[in-house]
Amino acid sequence: MSDATMDRTFAEPAEADAFSGIPPGKLGMWWFLASEIMIFGGLIACFILFRAAHGGWRAESADVHWRIGAFNTLVLLTSSLTMVLAWEAVKTNRPERVGRFLGLTVVLGLTFLGVKGYEYSREFGAGFTPFSGLFWAFYFTMTGLHALHVFAGIVVNSILWTRAARGRLEGIQHRIEYAGLYWHFVDVVWIFLFPLIYLS
Amino acid sequence: MSQAAVISHAAYAEHAEALGFWRKYVFSTDHKTIGKQYLGISLFMAIAGGFTAYAIRWQLAWPAAGIPGLGAITPHAYNSLVTMHGSIMVFWVAMPMLLGAFGNFCIPLMLGADDMAFPRLNMLSVWIFFTSALVLLASFVAPGGAAASGWTAYTPLSDTWTSAVWGQTMWLFAVALEFASFLIGGINFLTTAFTRRCAGMTLWRMPLLVWDEIAASVLFLLSVGPLVAGAVMLLMDRLLGTGFYDPSKGGDPLLWEHLFWFFGHPEVYVVALPGFGIMLEIMPVFARKPIFGYRTIIYSTIVAVGLSLIVWAHHMFVSGMDPRLATPFSVTTILISVPFAIIVFAMIATLWGGSLIFDTPMLFVIGGLASFIVGGVTGIFLGSAASDIYLHGTYFVVAHFHYTLFPVTFFGGYAGIYYWYPKMFGRMMDERLGKLHFWLTFVFFQATFIPLFLAGIGGTPRRVFMPSAYPSFASLQPLQVMATVATIGLIASQIPLVVNFFSSMFRGALAGRNPWRANTLEWTVDSPPPHGNFPDPPVARRWPYDYSVPGAASDWLPQVAETNPPAGIKVQRAS
Amino acid sequence: MLMSWLPQNVSTFGTDIDSTLRLIIFIVGPWFILAEGLILYFAIRYRKRPGKPAVHVRGETFRQAAWVLIPGVIVMLLDFSIDNASGRAWDEAKIESPAPALNVQVTAERFAWIFTYPGHTGAFDGKGTYWSMGKLYVPVNQVVRLNMRSMDVIHSFAVPNLRMRQDIVPGRTITAWFEATRPGNYGIQCTELCGFDHYKMQGTLVVLSADDFAKWRQKHWPSAPAIAINSDAEGANK
Repeated sequence: MSDATMDRTFAEPAEADAFSGIPPGKLGMWWFLASEIMIFGGLIACFILFRAAHGGWRAESADVHWRIGAFNTLVLLTSSLTMVLAWEAVKTNRPERVGRFLGLTVVLGLTFLGVKGYEYSREFGAGFTPFSGLFWAFYFTMTGLHALHVFAGIVVNSILWTRAARGRLEGIQHRIEYAGLYWHFVDVVWIFLFPLIYLS
Repeated sequence: MSQAAVISHAAYAEHAEALGFWRKYVFSTDHKTIGKQYLGISLFMAIAGGFTAYAIRWQLAWPAAGIPGLGAITPHAYNSLVTMHGSIMVFWVAMPMLLGAFGNFCIPLMLGADDMAFPRLNMLSVWIFFTSALVLLASFVAPGGAAASGWTAYTPLSDTWTSAVWGQTMWLFAVALEFASFLIGGINFLTTAFTRRCAGMTLWRMPLLVWDEIAASVLFLLSVGPLVAGAVMLLMDRLLGTGFYDPSKGGDPLLWEHLFWFFGHPEVYVVALPGFGIMLEIMPVFARKPIFGYRTIIYSTIVAVGLSLIVWAHHMFVSGMDPRLATPFSVTTILISVPFAIIVFAMIATLWGGSLIFDTPMLFVIGGLASFIVGGVTGIFLGSAASDIYLHGTYFVVAHFHYTLFPVTFFGGYAGIYYWYPKMFGRMMDERLGKLHFWLTFVFFQATFIPLFLAGIGGTPRRVFMPSAYPSFASLQPLQVMATVATIGLIASQIPLVVNFFSSMFRGALAGRNPWRANTLEWTVDSPPPHGNFPDPPVARRWPYDYSVPGAASDWLPQVAETNPPAGIKVQRAS
Repeated sequence: MLMSWLPQNVSTFGTDIDSTLRLIIFIVGPWFILAEGLILYFAIRYRKRPGKPAVHVRGETFRQAAWVLIPGVIVMLLDFSIDNASGRAWDEAKIESPAPALNVQVTAERFAWIFTYPGHTGAFDGKGTYWSMGKLYVPVNQVVRLNMRSMDVIHSFAVPNLRMRQDIVPGRTITAWFEATRPGNYGIQCTELCGFDHYKMQGTLVVLSADDFAKWRQKHWPSAPAIAINSDAEGANK
């Protein structure tokens, strides 16, 4: 070993590295979303492979209500916007605005679930259940798992909403940001599901 | 970071004073307590896993005799035992021991942090894990018995055909909870390693155990997702009657095999890497010599993590998938021997020119390394698609994966226990009992699995209730008897550990801060470390492996040591 | 030494699988002995002795790391030679499928093997089929193709003496082939856990000489279609 290497590795000054500036909560949320991507990614990959193997499921997929799906896409996209606006209001420290937009996000999330419930009931009414073949099994599993995620997001957002509505933002600023990351992820999953299920 | 750390540390220590018994020892957010809880649960589950091993082996050696302590068992119960043995040992012993116990205990201490990034999530993870263990153990007494379709739970046997209707569903729930627990734990490890390092602790000064723990966590995070999706589908099949894996409803049983092994193979490395990490951490201390090729080992680990995501179909060469896929997967599989060979060579090179002290931890490290090499080279036989046609599904496979997983889990885990016990409990373990434990374990381990290699080469299939029922393998039955006798010896060899573990808590010599004269940060604080770990935030001024530095006053320079040896000293050559 | 534990090989592609096994033993054997030998030697040679401090070698410079990297590269090159031999043996056993002299349908059902011989038309469900429970009769030195299906769960058709193994997945028909080179009785096992009586799922491969097979056929399977055994002559020419 040369002296030069020795000098380099002994008692070198502490250098900043790529991760040092990120708050733990944010990094944790990103790792969590990475694992979520693998879960939904696995499910979506199975769906695509099966769909290709079964000749596209054209007949089955004709029975989904793409108009309802499109409406829900709009609802969820709008809720992402209100979530961003809530986070903007956090940065300018206006609790009442934060509360308003978080409330809107929760209402839009509930609208999404309500519409989804209505859609399910129409499908059940028409005789399409998880046991009516693989397409419907995938349909209910994927949208159901997504709906669970929407529900979890609504719960988190509601808690933050009640805190913000009392006019207090201390201690929850970052949580609103992380909840926003999660909410956008749920939105992005739907952006994948919508064309895969309703449009193809 | 330092300012915030001081504040949070003071608050933390104050907080710790006020904690009652329950918050201090049971519902604790302290990473050290949580690490010990994982260790306790894994050792308890190892007893359950060991008992299933004993029952399986007895049945295989003397099928007519009835198992002492259990009585005669049905073929279905035998399948349950096999399934539960594999599941328990991988998910409820190896993972909590290597990730849960040593990851939780060591990562914050080694990085100079007061705790994990998310202490309450950490507590959540251990309690989810505890619940999963209870669900799994409860499935033993479920109507229809415990799950009986193998730890791989191949569909459609695990789907609609199994008679363990309750057991299989409980197994799925238990595994799902276990995944959730280790996902939370893995996110915690990663976030801690990237955000809670003390001043001076750059990535390239992190101890190898931390590197291996986070590599394992990344790998777990990336590989488990598709299987979670697959488990949801299997649960839907079982509970709602969908047909994801049922060919009569358009499903495909091979889908499960792909999803399972996409996780199942990386899972081996999720367990193996922390096991290696422990060995790599202990070896330099007892060789009084730096680890050889620190960065080479880290790069090899990263390459192994990447490769392990594209080898899964080697478990499926003869599964009925397109045979043209076999050769590409065979090539990637055999290629993964390169990074692991380099890590093993680096460990051997660390021994060269050392001043080796054969205390119990070092014995387990060297014994584990020597045994793991057997598992490594026999893996080539199974990675080659052609020879796998013959060896797949035989006892050769059983012997092979025990030779990889046993060394990392038990030799690695035991090395870790003997090494960090003084830090965990403040007292030394007894050396004589420790050495006795090592030699008995080492000898009986070899004696258990070498006969099984031969039985496998002879063609005996695994997972059979009675190998003696096959006329073509009747002549190989003595090998089964030998393996069983050795297994009973192996289990009995653990008695010195149990005695040592508990008696040393009260009668062991007081350890002091640094009984092994080791460099990493955990040895700079009291044993056991107080709540909040470091009275003052430490500063890492060098890498962790400065042993026998020429010109230094002692043969070890802790990571916090500021002194530099005089410049211009040439490294002494081993003669 | 290890090879002597293998059961006798009685198939054509089995020879190449055995030589792959032998090649791997020859390649990994020396490395295994070297690695274990070095561990033992270093453990004794470098044990702690008074007045002999350890050397401070980090292995961080390229010259030092070469001590582990060069063996790593050699391992990689040897890996490719294994890949090469293994790939060829695999292709022979699993991808190239010679024209069969005899087609047999294998039905795996918990916990039995059913072998169906084709009827007049060569189909397995028409008139004149013959089925056998647990015993597969084949002529020696003839290519036999198996059309395998499962009625319930995944099974695996394994004949150690043939160095043959193939999983049978419900919902698809999987074909496999072999050519036995020696008359005799050989065990067939199911090697994929298929339920409680998995261990009872066994069968026998009965390899008959050309004459014996002709006699067996006359007695049990007189309806053998011309197209099924049309190649006695072809087989004899091989």
